[in-house]
Amino acid sequence: MTRKDLKALLIIAAGIAVFPWVFGGNQYFVSLLVFLGLNAITTMGLSLLMGYAGQISLGHAAFLGIGAYASGILTTKYGLHPLAAFLAGVLLSAGVAVLVGKPTLRLKGHYMAVATLGFGEIVFIAFNELSSLTGGPSGLSNIPPLSCGGVAVEGTPFLYLVWVVVFAVLAFSLNVINSRVGRALRAVHGSELAANAMGVDAARYKLKVFVLSAVYASMAGSLYAHFLAFISPNAFSLMFSILLLMMVVIGGSQTIWGAVLGAAILTLLPEYLRSLEDFEVLAYGAILLAVLLFMPQGILEGVRRLFARREGRGR
Amino acid sequence: MNGEILVVAGLEKSFGGLRAIADLDLSVFPGRIQAVIGPNGAGKTTLFNLIAGVFPPTRGEFHFGGKKMNGLKPHEIARMGISRTFQNVELFAHMSVLENVMIGGHNRLRAGVFQAGFRLAGMRREERECRERALDELRFMGLEQKAPLDALSLPLGEQKLLEIARALATEPKLLLLDEPAAGLNPRDTGRLSETVLRIRERGITILLVEHDMNLVMEISDVVSVLNYGRKIAEGKPREIQRNPEVVAAYLGEEGNGASS
Repeated sequence: MTRKDLKALLIIAAGIAVFPWVFGGNQYFVSLLVFLGLNAITTMGLSLLMGYAGQISLGHAAFLGIGAYASGILTTKYGLHPLAAFLAGVLLSAGVAVLVGKPTLRLKGHYMAVATLGFGEIVFIAFNELSSLTGGPSGLSNIPPLSCGGVAVEGTPFLYLVWVVVFAVLAFSLNVINSRVGRALRAVHGSELAANAMGVDAARYKLKVFVLSAVYASMAGSLYAHFLAFISPNAFSLMFSILLLMMVVIGGSQTIWGAVLGAAILTLLPEYLRSLEDFEVLAYGAILLAVLLFMPQGILEGVRRLFARREGRGR
Repeated sequence: MNGEILVVAGLEKSFGGLRAIADLDLSVFPGRIQAVIGPNGAGKTTLFNLIAGVFPPTRGEFHFGGKKMNGLKPHEIARMGISRTFQNVELFAHMSVLENVMIGGHNRLRAGVFQAGFRLAGMRREERECRERALDELRFMGLEQKAPLDALSLPLGEQKLLEIARALATEPKLLLLDEPAAGLNPRDTGRLSETVLRIRERGITILLVEHDMNLVMEISDVVSVLNYGRKIAEGKPREIQRNPEVVAAYLGEEGNGASS
């Protein structure tokens, strides 16, 4: 983490910390910020995968779902402690990611996108059909809140918890980028031929990042299940996988911060576009198109360049 | 085996109907600079790509340090101690000069995602050592002052030296240099030949593909000549210069060894 990263992180942390005092106990805003945090956790993994490993996943909602259902099923049907269920979800997602990623990441090209598309659909169908476990299309309810030492974590404390996880994931990701692993991935991006000749096993590092991104998504999924106390398959459909990808593209996949920004925009925006009713989808499309046309590196990088240009002109 | 570091036996490589390498035997002895020369299309770069594992041979075997290395992937061959540079410079874009060389040290570091994410003490120490080691290689090349610059911002001559520094950072036993002098001006070529000699002094064996005959004759211990994927001559630089078959291959005389 650089000093600049730390500064940005502290500013956001301060904003989150004072938020409940400013908005009081407004549960609507609290839940909005919780969803923003959960989406950011997932998109940070996706941006590592897209921006650093050069791979696209069309099935990340499935990993969210695996985490959510692991937490939901293990706590309601087997009485496991939420933390144990959380860890079980993480391990399961990591294992599944290895199974999906290992064969596909050996191939060049966009096989990963195709494979994860299929994988996402299979998991979605499984959530619907394994009704004895998952409750089928009508979902799974009465999921207990996350608790620590017998004290349930709900409302504002839960908001804080989610953002602690967001910052932990952010710091972890930045550390990975600025390490041997991140360096190897950037090298593969620069020249896979040369990276291999220097002893870098490209496929292995792509797989590691894929697994890491699945773990992030699973963590977000588990938190989601405990927050809403109810989950149903529709939350983990292909549409949501695509929305997550859109967040990364709009924010910018080259930096982790872009993923956070993209998650913020596409989480908050629908709340303001709701007045457009049927034209909401149109507005989405227009925004995505505008970003791709005018800021192909994403909004974060686009705005940064805009400022850099203005400064250059001032001199 | 008589102490060779690399033995290539009965090597053949066809791309569709084109036979790029045909029945090639090549022995490389440790501590030497061995040049592979030949007209364009003689199969020199193909030979390098085969040794480095970029693609598999149609037929034939490789032994490196007595171990068979057929079927190994490029990164595994790199770990065995063979490193290389590229004919068209393949530096890592958007990375600094120092970072490029640090990639060479990749395999001496152990940290995985977990250690890196939590910035454990062991990871920080090995990262520091890798940086020092990379700086040593840059110093060896006289590039240490360029360490923080973007690798692709260097002039071509220094980019070529940087590629060699990166390859040396893997601590190879055998270094494959693919046309290191291509595109260089005479002054840079002089710096290059002096560098290659200093690399040999470090005990590293060098296999060199090169078109610059002055450079080849000046620094090589052994010269192997390829034409149409076959070895047509091998010997000391002075012998090769006088070999009529070699002269014919280069000048395209009637009835040369090409079609045999």
